[in-house]
Amino acid sequence: MKINSRKERNVMVVSVEGRIDATTAPEFEINLSDFISKGENMFLLNFGGLEYISSAGLRSILATAKKLKEKEGKIVLASLKGPVEEVFKISGFHSIFKIFNSEEAALKEI
Amino acid sequence: MVQLLNHIRLPAKLENLAGWTKSVSECAGVLGFDQKRISEIELALEEALVNICTYSYSEKKGEVEVNCKLDNHHLIIEIIDSGMPFDMTSLPNPDITSDISERKIGGVGVFLIKKMVDEVQYRRENDQNILSLIIKKGKG
Repeated sequence: MKINSRKERNVMVVSVEGRIDATTAPEFEINLSDFISKGENMFLLNFGGLEYISSAGLRSILATAKKLKEKEGKIVLASLKGPVEEVFKISGFHSIFKIFNSEEAALKEI
Repeated sequence: MVQLLNHIRLPAKLENLAGWTKSVSECAGVLGFDQKRISEIELALEEALVNICTYSYSEKKGEVEVNCKLDNHHLIIEIIDSGMPFDMTSLPNPDITSDISERKIGGVGVFLIKKMVDEVQYRRENDQNILSLIIKKGKG
């Protein structure tokens, strides 16, 4: 798993490549928590390079979203690919999160 | 006739996830499953193994054995542990409709297993949990 992040206006754009599984999910979640503790509360997760996600990854995203809700923040996602999109659909996560086709489209909306 | 293709036994620790996964993926690759299907099989396997590593042995040490078997029409992945009895096939499906505040993550792993493979069977035998993930082979 590789994580790249940058700030675009008031939005933290976090791009994740590779796999978010039970062994990498803790690092992914700590990464997001660190930004939240530094005061960030708008997140765009770009999953264009993400090949695989398991329930451990979903758990991290949900935990982050719950934290952000308390701070009136938000998390949206962009560019989900085949297997990752499938997991979001099956788990019902596609209906609780806003998901955009591209990073550009997401940045226009938030 | 059921044929044993591959067999790996490792301590029930999350750090061994890649070891079990590699063994099963190689097996599925040799049988001609495409990358998408292999990825789905890996997901089902991970969810099952994470449950075992996290809950099955509680504080004790234990091992998990993963066997890849083949019958005429199916790849059968047997996941065997000697921990507490746990029949995931008896669990109800999670509520996947609630919003962020209400949403609970529990149960999603098991739900994903059921969706990713064609059939899941569980039996308790000789103080062992034996979970079988059954995947239909493609036509031809």
